[in-house]
Amino acid sequence: MKSLIFKTASTYLLPLLLLFSIFILLRGHYLPGGGFVGGLMASIAFLIHSFAFGLKETQHIIRINPGFLMPIGLVLAVGAAVAPFFIGAPVLKGLWFEEQFRFIGIVGSALFFDVGVYLVVIGATLTIMFSITDTV
Amino acid sequence: MIILPIIFQFVAGIILLFFWRKTTIQKVLSIIFSIIGLGISIWLFFLVWENGIMTTQSGDWKAPFGISFVADTFAVAMVLLSSISGLAVSIFSAGSMRKERLEFGYFPIFHFLIMGLQGAFLTGDIFNLYVWFEVVIIASFVLLTLGGKKAQLEGALKYVSLNLLASTLFLVGIGFIYGLTGSLNMADVAIKLDNLANRGLVNVTSGIFLVAFGIKSAIFPMYFWLPASYHTPPAAVSAIFAGLLTKLGIYAMLRTFTLMFGGDEFMGDILVILAALTILSGGLGALLQQNLGKIFGYLIICHIGFLIAGLGMYTELAIMGTVFYLIHDIIVKTNLFLVSGLILKINGTQDIRELGGMYKNFPLLSLLMAIPLFSLVGIPPLSGFWAKIFLIQAGLQTNDYVLIGFIILGSFLTLWVIARIWGEVFWKNGVELPKKANGLYFSQMSRIDQFLMVFPIVLLSAISLYIGFGAENIALLSQRITSELMDPSAYIEAVLGLKTITP
Repeated sequence: MKSLIFKTASTYLLPLLLLFSIFILLRGHYLPGGGFVGGLMASIAFLIHSFAFGLKETQHIIRINPGFLMPIGLVLAVGAAVAPFFIGAPVLKGLWFEEQFRFIGIVGSALFFDVGVYLVVIGATLTIMFSITDTV
Repeated sequence: MIILPIIFQFVAGIILLFFWRKTTIQKVLSIIFSIIGLGISIWLFFLVWENGIMTTQSGDWKAPFGISFVADTFAVAMVLLSSISGLAVSIFSAGSMRKERLEFGYFPIFHFLIMGLQGAFLTGDIFNLYVWFEVVIIASFVLLTLGGKKAQLEGALKYVSLNLLASTLFLVGIGFIYGLTGSLNMADVAIKLDNLANRGLVNVTSGIFLVAFGIKSAIFPMYFWLPASYHTPPAAVSAIFAGLLTKLGIYAMLRTFTLMFGGDEFMGDILVILAALTILSGGLGALLQQNLGKIFGYLIICHIGFLIAGLGMYTELAIMGTVFYLIHDIIVKTNLFLVSGLILKINGTQDIRELGGMYKNFPLLSLLMAIPLFSLVGIPPLSGFWAKIFLIQAGLQTNDYVLIGFIILGSFLTLWVIARIWGEVFWKNGVELPKKANGLYFSQMSRIDQFLMVFPIVLLSAISLYIGFGAENIALLSQRITSELMDPSAYIEAVLGLKTITP
């Protein structure tokens, strides 16, 4: 799209939306949000960028093939799921660190699971959208 | 602990995803993973065989609230069977699958499919069962369409639309259950449904489940999607579909009807009638077809009828017959489609009018292929024979003479079909078929690929021979499964951890 307003806006929107998606991801444990919505939001950020600057430019700023995010995300999610296995608890039990982290709060295995979902969603949506834009 | 098979298959799929487009590594890894998966299943099987029912509560949420996984003898036996077929199909696909399909993630999806199946077998939660069904459908849809030929897409469309309809009905049924009992844990639901006064509503719910699982397992009025789609994908894919996907519906039926709905008179009659019609329509359909894949597709339907028949009669012996038949059928049906794939690779066609001369050209291979074909018919002492004996005995006990008639008719129809295949494909003098330009023939393949295609058939044939000759052990196994199914109090106790009051 060759609109100056859209281009200028999208350069600002990209970091803002990415930050917001991480915010949504982190608040997801007790409040509305989580990995899935966060992931969708992050992929929308990249999508808007690709509308404004074209597919090549967006692929350039992502650097890696988005399809590669899927197995990484899955590994994180499975890792979080089977982690309790090693201390003798049933699979998927939520484990929590004792101390609070600054800004983030208490971190538990559920967060890693959510991050995994986040990455899988970004990977899947971007792969789908890129292959559609590629063929159109 | 008991969900190890599921997690292992999941991890296997993920590791394979990292080797995207590196097909040779994927082949080797997939076979190795399948062997390890089989090892895990065997270990789990013997663990449960020794110790009885085992449960795990995922996330450490106590039973009626969290999702429970339950490994009783039936579940682990099914997991073991699915691992065996999975291994066979994995080896066969390594030999036969075309490169284009492998490049688009055939093996990872295949392992996700096995994961979905094993999850469905092990779960103790009705909604979780639905989720596993969805995993299976999505994975199978990808497998069905990989390659993107026109016929494949057409078959896949019918398959997916019908199966989505079934899933929706299943979901509606779950909604009913939740409305009636306020619980989704199958053991908990079983207790609460037992004490419910409104039997009419319970019957309606079980009817919805019957339709939903009926579509999935292709029983009488809802079977037409199966012959339309099962012959379109490559043989390896149809083999796993034929061996396990329709049987998943039967498994779900056996599980829910024995555990949650109990033996209901009305339901039993409907099931018996449906079984008779399924046997008839499947058998007659198989007679009419000329394409090997379609014939086997109709034979699946025919034998689903036998399985339903046992469930319909609902006596100890009948359920035992069904379980025995299920064990036999999974191995044999997987094997049959592998055989049809091998015949396709050798001759380049699956039309039985064009085929011929297999026995003259490949006498040893033909003898090998005879094993699954004739154990399907149930020629003693091959495996199908014993299962039918139990079913017929059960019919004599409950005086269902019409049903016995249909079972015998179904066996004769199968015999007729198999005799026709044997005559046309193996004994008839073959004509020289025009060579197709695309595609590799069996004789042109490398030694390793040839071995990879024949070995799984040998493996599965050996197992079905074992089911036939070691019928005593399998009968013992089915007896134990049946006693657990017919008296669910042990199951309920294991899940909920409390003594149930049996009225």
